[in-house]
Amino acid sequence: MRSGELIGSDQGARGLQQGDLDLAWSTLDQVMDPEVPVVSVLDLGIVRDLDWQAGHLQVALTPTYSGCPATEVIENDIRQALEQAGFKAPRLVRQLTPAWTTDWITERGRQRLRAYGIAPPSGSSKRSLLGDAPQVLCPQCGSAHSERLSEFGSTACKALYRCRDCLEPFDYFKCI
Amino acid sequence: MNPANDLINPLLRLGDSALIQGQRLCEWCGRAPALEEELALMNVGLDLVGQARNWLDYAAELLADGRDADHLAFRRDERAYRNLLLVEQPNGDFAVTLLKQFFYDAWHLETLKGLSQSADARMAGIAAKAVKEVTYHLRRSSEWVERLGDGTEESHQRMLQALPRLWRFTGELVDIHATEVELHRAGLWADPAQVGEAWRAKVESLFARATLPVPEAPSHFYLDARRGLHTEHLGPLLAEMQFLPRAYPDAVW
Repeated sequence: MRSGELIGSDQGARGLQQGDLDLAWSTLDQVMDPEVPVVSVLDLGIVRDLDWQAGHLQVALTPTYSGCPATEVIENDIRQALEQAGFKAPRLVRQLTPAWTTDWITERGRQRLRAYGIAPPSGSSKRSLLGDAPQVLCPQCGSAHSERLSEFGSTACKALYRCRDCLEPFDYFKCI
Repeated sequence: MNPANDLINPLLRLGDSALIQGQRLCEWCGRAPALEEELALMNVGLDLVGQARNWLDYAAELLADGRDADHLAFRRDERAYRNLLLVEQPNGDFAVTLLKQFFYDAWHLETLKGLSQSADARMAGIAAKAVKEVTYHLRRSSEWVERLGDGTEESHQRMLQALPRLWRFTGELVDIHATEVELHRAGLWADPAQVGEAWRAKVESLFARATLPVPEAPSHFYLDARRGLHTEHLGPLLAEMQFLPRAYPDAVW
């Protein structure tokens, strides 16, 4: 727990001050995806809004996939991180609309995925949902000579690919 | 017409169908013919269970009788379930599983596309999210039906055997129900006529590629999932799925 007062309008806590929202954003940037621990929740683009509501910090989150089991873990991690940063009883709300798209993954997130060995989503979600086969670059050697092994991979958000040059199998973050 | 009330059964139909289809897919866990297929079956199941939770959350709110989504999933009896008869059918072999998945996916995607245009923002939001996931499901099941139908002598035979086991349950996918027509007129639901037509068109074009015959439209069936009249297969499925919450009520991790 950080020293000083709690941030929140209940008894024993102070109201919002300048810089608090920035603190909240930078705190969230340290909360990593439990399945892919190199990308933060901001890299993934799942934090849709940070706001001050009725004396509490409110975080609007959108799930990546309807059944993603990491959703609850991420919510707990975010709550814990914000409480440790001094925010009292932050409120987390799930926002389904507009639906999450891989287009919201930041450039930094894409670089981090690649460095971790996961090919980032290729192209825009619209084209991919229309059935266009993506050109997936091998995250190990950069070759475009890859093939899909399975439409589904180790988690809901990934497909399984193989590089036909360096022969390494790899995960591809599906474009939705 | 009371839209909030009338929405409950169609919402349960969507949520229950996703849940039961998801549960059937999970029965393949550890038994799939290849690792990649195991991953795919479980991933599709996971998407569906997540969607089921979204629909059942909403249904529970409209019911407003103190039950939540977990209660709806784990404490309702067979007669209160509204899922399609198709999805409660046993998995059989891989041909039955994939053909069942395709029939369901084709109906599901069309229904969700219609619902994503609903005037009810909550419903439109859940549907728009699910459309992205189910697009993948349908692509995969279509590829398999084509590959198995137009594959080896053995796989073609298996598909021919799977077809009559499932076809009689597809009447529900194209029927037109008065409540849903009313809801559609009110801008809340997918157009049932359009869903049925699109489903037939998808089946016909895929079956042509898969070298499978399209049977006559199934005749009226004496069971009716909309009234909770299920086949003999739902009861044992629920007994397994609901065992723990029923044996240990309010158990927590």
